Amino acid sequence: MSLLPSMIEIVRDNWLLLLVGQYPNGPLGGIAATLILSVLGIALAFPLSVAMALASLSPWRALRWPVMAMVYITRGVPLLLIILWVYFVLPLLIGHSVPAFATMLVTLVGYEAAFLSEIVRAGIHALPKGQMDAARALGHSRLGAMRYVILPQALFNMIPSILSQFVSTVKETTLGYIINVPELTFAAGQINNRLLTKPFEVYFILAISYFIVCWTLTQAINMVERRITARRTAGVAAASALPATAASASGA
Amino acid sequence: MKGFDLMAVLLNPEFSRMLVHGVKMTFIIFVGSWLLAMSLGMILLAVRMLPSRIASAFVAIYVSYHRNVPTLVQLMLWYFGISSLLPDSVQIWLGDHNGEAVFAVVALGLCQAAYFSEDQRSGLRAVPRGQWEAARALGHGYVGAMAYILLPQAVRNAMPALVNHTVSLFKNSSLAMAIGVAELTHAVKEVENQSFRPFETYLIATIVYLVCSLLLMWLGHYLEQRSRMAGAV
Repeated sequence: MSLLPSMIEIVRDNWLLLLVGQYPNGPLGGIAATLILSVLGIALAFPLSVAMALASLSPWRALRWPVMAMVYITRGVPLLLIILWVYFVLPLLIGHSVPAFATMLVTLVGYEAAFLSEIVRAGIHALPKGQMDAARALGHSRLGAMRYVILPQALFNMIPSILSQFVSTVKETTLGYIINVPELTFAAGQINNRLLTKPFEVYFILAISYFIVCWTLTQAINMVERRITARRTAGVAAASALPATAASASGA
Repeated sequence: MKGFDLMAVLLNPEFSRMLVHGVKMTFIIFVGSWLLAMSLGMILLAVRMLPSRIASAFVAIYVSYHRNVPTLVQLMLWYFGISSLLPDSVQIWLGDHNGEAVFAVVALGLCQAAYFSEDQRSGLRAVPRGQWEAARALGHGYVGAMAYILLPQAVRNAMPALVNHTVSLFKNSSLAMAIGVAELTHAVKEVENQSFRPFETYLIATIVYLVCSLLLMWLGHYLEQRSRMAGAV
């Protein structure tokens, strides 16, 4: 069997469909839609997740418990089932039908926000307690200390985790296939339905496409992570080079 | 829109039969792929530690492929793609013997094996090097040092990650519906189509998944506590 030539032929005939779907004549799809969905998903989930992390650290139960419940539900229920829920509940809530793309986006935002909020919370916890005490001693309110002292440091340290959550999101957009979101997996399904006789070639091309996207992103994240670690440890090294009193005050 | 009535779904013999069968299939797929993933994960770890660069490069590629390709795509590649390359007799046999469930177990198991082997590898790396040297100094051979000194500590270190990935494997078993396995999420779709009660059916499935996941997390936490060594952090 000649797998490679026939795979090259499929890519040559369908590269546009794999990249942008039926875009000029139909909805945007393919890798472009996959990436837009993931970027929008994480970008919208991020502010929500910071709010959720702050709520879960707040002294009021009324704020903590709903966030805890949401985190446990997203950790314990398959994303697929959550998609089915949103697919059914969202049109009832807003009173008219919702396109599959928007359904998937809403699901991803909620799902990722719960995971990101745990990451942000861990980042806040990982900071030395002295940071909060020092900020309060300098006259910041609790919220002000969060805003100007804690969050900037916690979020900076959390950049690699947030980025790797982005890679997970890229992989999770494939589940949109179940509700016919026009993205990369959907495009491969269309090609497979047209060709009928070459399922292995089509799905192997699909797997390779995802691999290229996610692997590249992972390498980029590793690079960012190395630079962040270098910056953090450089700060520590500089601080420990200072006289002892200054070093213990700066904390790192 | 009909009024909320959980019993209309639960007490209907046809619907409850489908849901129970769905739960059963979900567990078969979860347990099957977990066993496959755990044993293959250990083999991958052992191969990676061989003193051969080719062997460890092979494992690195295996892990990288399974971590960077979405699980759903891996399932589809197995079920639609690789199955079509098999000889006809095997395809017919699989068709008669729940082929889609077999492919779901294989695809999910192979995928999770990559995660499990990485978890155990980082667990092993977290064991201080002195443990190895001390074991060898006390007269243990390679296998003895591994089996009695290093691996028990490595498994303890890896426990939290292994538990997390076990829960996500359980959740990922729902992806098998995409290739037509009659597991819980698939059953839910069927029941919903026939009963026109999406709210009730989704609620039942959500509770089942949530309770099972929480039980798994709790079990993992319990094992972690039990296996913790005295004096270790």
